[in-house]
This record gives sequence, C-alpha cells and structure tokens, in this order.
Amino acid sequence: MATVYVNDKPVDIGNERLNCVQAAEKGGIHIPHYCYHPDLTVVASCRMCLVEMGDLKDGKVAITPKVFPGCQTPVKDGTVIVTGDYAKRDTSLPVLGYPDNYKPGDRAKKAQADTLEGLLINHPLDCPVCDKAGECKLQDYSFQYGRSQSRMIDEKNTPPNKPEISSKITLFTDRCIMCTRCVRFTREVSGQAELSVVSRGHHSEIDVFPGEPLENKLAGNVVDLCPVGALGSKDFLYKQRVWYLKTEDSVCAGCSTGCSISADSNKDVIFRLRPRPNPQAQGYFMCDEGRHGYHYVNAAERLNRPHVRKDGKLAPIAYTDAVKAVSDEFKDAIKKNAASVWLVLSPFLTVEEAFLAAKWLKESSKQVKLALGPVPFVGEDDTYPKDRRGKALQPVRFTIRAEKCPNRRGVEEVLRTLQGDVITFPKVIEAIKKGDAKAVFLAGGYPVKGSFDVFSEVKAENLLLAVSDFFTSPATELAKYVFPAAAFSEKEGTYLNHANLAQTLHKVSHAPQETRQEGQLFQDLAHRRGLFNLAAVRKELAKEVPFFGKLADQVPELGVKLV
Amino acid sequence: MAYEPILLARVNKPDSTRLEGYRIDGGYASFERALAELKPEEVTTRVKDSGLRGRGGAGFPTGLKWTFLPKDHPGPIYLCINADESEPCTYNNRILMEKDPHQVLEGIMLACYAIKSRCAYFYIRYEYGTAYRTLQSAIDELYQAGLLGKNILGSGFDLDIFLHRGAGAYICGEETGLIESLEGKRAWPRIKPPFPAIEGAFRKPTIVNNVETMACVTQIMRRGNDWFKSMGVPPDPKNPRDAGSYGPKLYTIAGHVNTPKCVELPMGVTIRELVEKHGGGVWKGLKAKAVNPGGISMGFVDCNLKLKDSDQTEYDIPLDFNGPGRVGCLGLGTAAVTVIDEQTSMVDVLHNVCQFFAHESCGQCTPCREGTGWMLKMTDRLRRGQGRKEDLDILVDVSDRIGIIPGTTICGLSDGAGWPVKTAIRKFRKEFEDAIQSGRKSVVKSLKLLGAH
Repeated sequence: MATVYVNDKPVDIGNERLNCVQAAEKGGIHIPHYCYHPDLTVVASCRMCLVEMGDLKDGKVAITPKVFPGCQTPVKDGTVIVTGDYAKRDTSLPVLGYPDNYKPGDRAKKAQADTLEGLLINHPLDCPVCDKAGECKLQDYSFQYGRSQSRMIDEKNTPPNKPEISSKITLFTDRCIMCTRCVRFTREVSGQAELSVVSRGHHSEIDVFPGEPLENKLAGNVVDLCPVGALGSKDFLYKQRVWYLKTEDSVCAGCSTGCSISADSNKDVIFRLRPRPNPQAQGYFMCDEGRHGYHYVNAAERLNRPHVRKDGKLAPIAYTDAVKAVSDEFKDAIKKNAASVWLVLSPFLTVEEAFLAAKWLKESSKQVKLALGPVPFVGEDDTYPKDRRGKALQPVRFTIRAEKCPNRRGVEEVLRTLQGDVITFPKVIEAIKKGDAKAVFLAGGYPVKGSFDVFSEVKAENLLLAVSDFFTSPATELAKYVFPAAAFSEKEGTYLNHANLAQTLHKVSHAPQETRQEGQLFQDLAHRRGLFNLAAVRKELAKEVPFFGKLADQVPELGVKLV
Repeated sequence: MAYEPILLARVNKPDSTRLEGYRIDGGYASFERALAELKPEEVTTRVKDSGLRGRGGAGFPTGLKWTFLPKDHPGPIYLCINADESEPCTYNNRILMEKDPHQVLEGIMLACYAIKSRCAYFYIRYEYGTAYRTLQSAIDELYQAGLLGKNILGSGFDLDIFLHRGAGAYICGEETGLIESLEGKRAWPRIKPPFPAIEGAFRKPTIVNNVETMACVTQIMRRGNDWFKSMGVPPDPKNPRDAGSYGPKLYTIAGHVNTPKCVELPMGVTIRELVEKHGGGVWKGLKAKAVNPGGISMGFVDCNLKLKDSDQTEYDIPLDFNGPGRVGCLGLGTAAVTVIDEQTSMVDVLHNVCQFFAHESCGQCTPCREGTGWMLKMTDRLRRGQGRKEDLDILVDVSDRIGIIPGTTICGLSDGAGWPVKTAIRKFRKEFEDAIQSGRKSVVKSLKLLGAH
C-alpha cells in the first residue's frame, strides 16, 4: 500500500502504477494538462501539468528544486506533489514538514502561468467566432491559471487554415497549441497516421500528406481530443454555441459495441454526439458512423403521428384512437386464432420495450408468437488500429461491429424467457406468405431504410399488419396501422451490448408531435395505466426475466455487466 | 614549450585519410591489442579511469556512461556516434572526420568492443559532404582489410559501422533526437527516463558519443591514462561532484579574429591566451567585447568585466568544464570560441542568436517553441529601433524560465537558447538600454539568398 501526498492530502494509491496527474485525480485534485490523455502515449510536451515534487522521509520533505511534468513522472510511496493550486488546498489537513525557505506551489503556479502565456503568444484569441469557446481548455485554464494580460505586442504568426484536411474535419491552424493528441491518435488508435507535424519551432503545424486526407472511420475523435478549437467538426461547425447545449448521457445505437456517449441537444434538436469514456464499453472513443449517425432523428420525412389505412391510403389518426383500435383488433385476432398472431421485436428496441411488448400479447395468450426483427449486418467487424495499407493490427484498440443495431442481445434474452427460443425474421415472412400469420405487429424503429424491403414481394390479403417505424417502407405500404417510432435519444431504457453490458439510455430530446416512446405505446396497448416508468418496469423485468436481475437495483453510470 | 598536438597530429600528412597512412603511424595497433589481450570490461575501466569526459558539450564522463548499460544484456546494443555538429562556429569534429577518419573509427571500434556492441551508427549531419565521403571510403577500406564485418581478425568479434546522413536539423544533435532521427522519425527528443543506455535506438540499449570523444578513446588506449591525465585541470577538491577536466581538447576560434582556426591544447587554456596567441588577436586592431566560450548556446563572456577580488576580467577564465560556469555561462559546450569585437552591436548579435534558436527549436515543448519565437520577435523589434525598456525584463524572464534546468522542457536546446539571451542582457544591459533610448536602427545589409537545403 502506497501513500502519496498531494497538496498535503494523503492519497492511498494501493499498488497501482500511476503518474502525478492520475494520483492527484484520485485525491480529487485536478492538475491541468493538454497533451496528456489516458489512452494515448505520454509526450510531456505541453508543460501545463508542471508540479513540484519531493519525498517524505521521517516527517521531513526533501523538495527537488525544479518543476516536473506530472503526466510523465511516476509516483511511489512517500512522494509529495505540490501543485500550483496549493493555495486552494484543504487547510484542515496538517501541513507537511517542508523546508523553511520553501513556499509550496509558487514555482508550479508560475510555471503554469508561463506556459499559458507561451500558448497564447500565437493564439489568435478569436473566441467569439470559435466553436470551442465555452468548453475550451485554453479558455478555462487561462482563466484559472493564466495572466490577465498578454505582454506580447508583436505580430502573431498567422498560418493559413486548412479546411481541406478532411471532408468531415477542418483545421484552424492558428488556434493549435501543438499538443499533438490528434497526431498520436491517428498513429496509435486509428493507425493510418494521416496527421503529422510539419515545420519547426513556432512555425510547427499539424498537416496531412498531400492527397491523403484524414478520412478514416475514427477521424472524428480528433475533434474531441483537441483541447482547443483547432480541429472542428464540419458537421457541428457554427451550428450552436456550446453553452446553449444540454448534455445527457446516452448510448450509441449504431452498432452492437454500444459506445457510451454524451448527446448534446438544444430545444429538442440533437446537435452532436460525443464519446463518453467507458472502459467497459468502448474506451474513450467512438466511430464516425455513430457520431454522425443521429441525423435521422432530426429528419423531416420522419413519421410523426399514427396513421390508419382508409380507402387504401394512410390517413392520420389520433394516438388514443389508434391505440384503442389496434388493441381491439389484436384482441379479436387472438380470440379467433392466437397461433396466427405474431409480434416482431426489432433489435433497436430497448429491453424494457421488448418486455412490455411481449407481455402485452403473451398475457392474452401463450400461443402468440414472438420473433426477432431483421438484424442488420454490414460487412465484418472492423478493428483498429490499421496500418497504411488498411490491414488490421494487434492489439485491437477499437472495434466497429458489423451488427448495426444496439440491442439484439437484450431482445433475444427477453424472447428466450417469454417465447422460449428466438424465432428469426425470415420465418415470420414465411408465415405471412403461407397465410399462417393473420395479425402481425412489427415493432420496428429502424433508422436505416431498407430493413423491411422484403415486404415489397409479400402479397397477403386479410393480413392485419401494424408497424411502428421511423420512415415509410414496403411494410407501411401493407400496414393497416402505422405508429411513429421514437429514436434512441427520445426514450429511456436499457441496451445490452455484444458483451452483455447493460447501459441506461436517458431522454435527450422530446419525440416529435404525436410520437410516444414504444414503452408508453405497449403499456397503453396493454391497458396498463399511467406513464412509462423506467424503474418500475425494470423491477418487473428483473423479476420475470432472471437474466436481467441486476437491473432491479440502480444501474451505475457506466453500465453493469449482466454475465 | 609549445604543445605538440596528438589528436590533430596527422592532419595534412600525406595519406592522412587512408588506411595505409594510418597504419604507418601505428594505427589500429591498440585495437588489435585490445581484441587479443583485453576483456571488454577492461577497456571500459581504462576509459573510466582516464577521466575522459564527453566532448559533445555536456561533459558527461564517458566510461561512466558505458557502465550504465544493463549487465548481461542479450543484445543488440548500439553505439551511436553524434556527428551532427550544428552548434554555430563549431568545426572540430569536422576536421577529425575529414582529415583523420581512422582515428575516430578506431575509437568507435574500441568503444564497441568495450560495450559489446556489434553495430555502430555514425550519424553525420547532411551538410558535411566531404566528411561523409571520407568516412565512407575509410569504412570501405576497413571492410576490405577485414577490420570490420564478421569475426574480426579471428577474435570472434563482429562489428558493422553504418554511416547515416541527417537531414539538416540542430536538434538531431540532442542524443534522443538523434536516435529518433536515426529511426526515421521526426527528431523530437524523447522524454527521459528511460535514458538511451537502457532504451535507446530501436528500443535497445544505446550509447551516444561524440566524434572527438572517440578520437580521445583511441589515444587513451594507445598512450595510456597517465598521458591523458598529465594534461588538463584536476577536480576541484571543494566540489565532490566535479570530475575534473583532463586531456587535450580541440578548440575552434571563430568570429572577429585574425586567424580563425582549430587548435588542440590541454584543457584549461584561458580565453585570452587562445584568442591572442592562437587566434592571432582580434581583427582590425580592435578589442574583444564579448566571447562565446563554447558555441553560442553557452552564453556570453564580457571581456571587460572584472572578476571579483582580482585584476583579471572574464576574458581570463580557463576553458575547462567548470571555467565558463563560474562567470554565468552554461558550460564549456563544444569549446568553440566566438569573438565579438567592440564595434559590433550586441543587439545584432543577440538577434542573430535568437534567430538561430527560433529556427532550430523542434517545436515540441511549449516553453521552448513559443519562447524562442517570442524572443526572436522582441530582438527583431529592438533592432528596428522600436524596443521598449520592459522588453529587456521580459527577455530575461522568458530566457530564465525555459530549459531542463528549471524543468520546463524535455531537452537542453532551450537552456542553450535562453543562456545567451540572459547573459547578454545581464552583462550588456547598458548597451541595450542605450539602443532602446536612442531608437537606433541596425544597419542591415541584405545578403543574397542562398539555398542551403
């Protein structure tokens, strides 16, 4: 067991091998840094994390008369770290035995102010037009640790901006502080090393090689990694000031990796998704497919109210009327022949929605069949890093999965318990074609168009088809009832990723118009009163589906492994 | 009695660059003897006991550095020779390489034998074309003579020497920058620890030594430690960490002197003697105002500043590893003495210095990258007659806070960038203040543009 002292505060670091930044973080003390990132190699070049260090021996501290980069310097038992924030320490703690003429924190504080003065020398200070303003580490640290005025009166370097470095990313070269996080990311995580530093000294710039833009599938992460506004996402550029954005924890619905994300929205419009560090799910990053995959949520052609087929055409209908009609018609169908009633659950539904939907029909009759909707697969699992030729390398740092849906595992587990086995979608189509299926409810919610194209060759008369989905499709052409689906950002619930990690979705924005999240829809169809309550449904789910037993308790922020 | 050069003894002799010529002068005899009679550890001990300190600038004891290699390492272990001699006014390595390559190569072979390295990389700066060609033909001769390659002279010792040309950057002279460059990367110095002796080139234990150090190793193995220790300055008894400055040293004299040249002298010659006696005095009958004792990164010596309790001025300090440090300079550096005459404006000198370091800073650490650029902009403004008094304080402040000594950068380049600025302003403040007050502009003769690389 090792104890490190950070600003007089003893921090127990156990047997971990930590650097000063990590050890201080453990004790709740933040050491500012730019170039250090826990998932990239340490270069110790920004010099923002400078601290004073010493060793505690027999109650006396031997202080080394220079400053150390906290990100590079490992700590051991008895290491004393004094940060620039020493003045803000917890004064209730006893002061360590520093030498008499030593003023704790003075050197580190000055070194940090000096570093910031240096960083601002060639920084354009165009915060009013910079996208990063408000969440910029250069702003934050300058405010906290910097000088109030610049002593530099000479002309600043003004290297030209490089909007051409990528189709999705732009580089404001003058704002760059050369932390090289982006360069290291493309070398170490995505692997293709598109970015590099060119020129020397204060003329150093980030650049790509001619004709080889930054176009890998993880490229968007460099924007998150950039501590200042140098790398900007073209998708988000000039759309919103960040202080208007509301940030909510969510889970990416793009593939079965289930990246933890933060979703930023303003007035019910999502503006961007960012990865939320989660070692259990994906690590620190996310892929561009997921990052830019939210646009369907804001799409104009989304279905936004229930429809019913009248005279061969879909006509709008009030939600309550639609619910009553569907509920009654399915009740009749079950009375006539329960075995011909099918419920198809898409892998985009949350666990709770799948459970409520299954309960709705299974409680009327055990003979109703539950099936799994089409599971979209694209190519093969795509792992990173890759070398320049695109060959995947070991060890794998990030995987974009071929299974392009977030919750196949979760829906399958519900089906296994409530249906007994997992009936796949082709069997549903077969049953419809044979005429064995007379009433089918397709709980869809496919953001990718084309998932129900198979219905274009289905000719079924007297089929009662109800569909909930985002967009019109061959299935809605056949359907008698169409419900608008709610997106991952518009509902609460649980997704179970490929590795059985259950994560909570939070509501980021409201669903448009008469759209209800499916949890509410199935609750209403089953005539269960009240509003959808995640905690209550989870309790019920945990009781009836033992696989989800752990969901009965509070689910931690980073999710819980169910197996 | 005039000192008889040893390291430079063969310069300008007929066939001085050829193997036969070197053989006639007794070349490779000590290597052959070492192979036959000595164990590698014995060579290391000899070099360690000789008190040889690295000639590259920092003056780290060479033998001690060799002992930092991990014991019983399965290999490979590499030796890198730092011939990226880029410090302005320094050309002592160049003379050794161009005029007597075999002396250096023998040192390399001895060093490799001592540290059990089977592979040496000779990193030579791009601009040294002649040296490159001379060395390459010398290495070719050695392969033909069976002194390099597999199983040298039947001893079972293998050695390859690869000559590697740099691409023209000062930072490649920093040992880890050199290693990065050698590996084909951008020469950004590495964070230490791990030091190269533990993890260097290609992540293997590596020793980086200077060219002149290798020449000294040759002579130490040939002439013995007593010869080596008969010259120079013994350790200061008051300073237990001082390792002394033994042996001969190549001093280069440049700048405003009558006869710029490279001379070999025992360690500890004074600047005055070096300039007046060997450099032929300051040119045009002028007096010296300032001197760089060892390349511009070591800072300035004020030739008229009296030393404490003495009639002597800073001009009289000895050029050993400790001398320049006593008058506020960074150290001996490369022992390249640059003389600045009394008619030259220190503002111009400083601007020139700042231009060099701003151009050569690798751009990795913030304090150095931005500090050198900022200092250049300030000195440029001073030169245009638009200086402010506070600029001097800012210059001192900036130059004081960059470098590994305050702990704000990875490598020592910025110590070298800061030192001339702070010593110039502290020692010649009056001149700077006068220049600011008068608003005098520097006369700038525009030179014809030349493409260097």
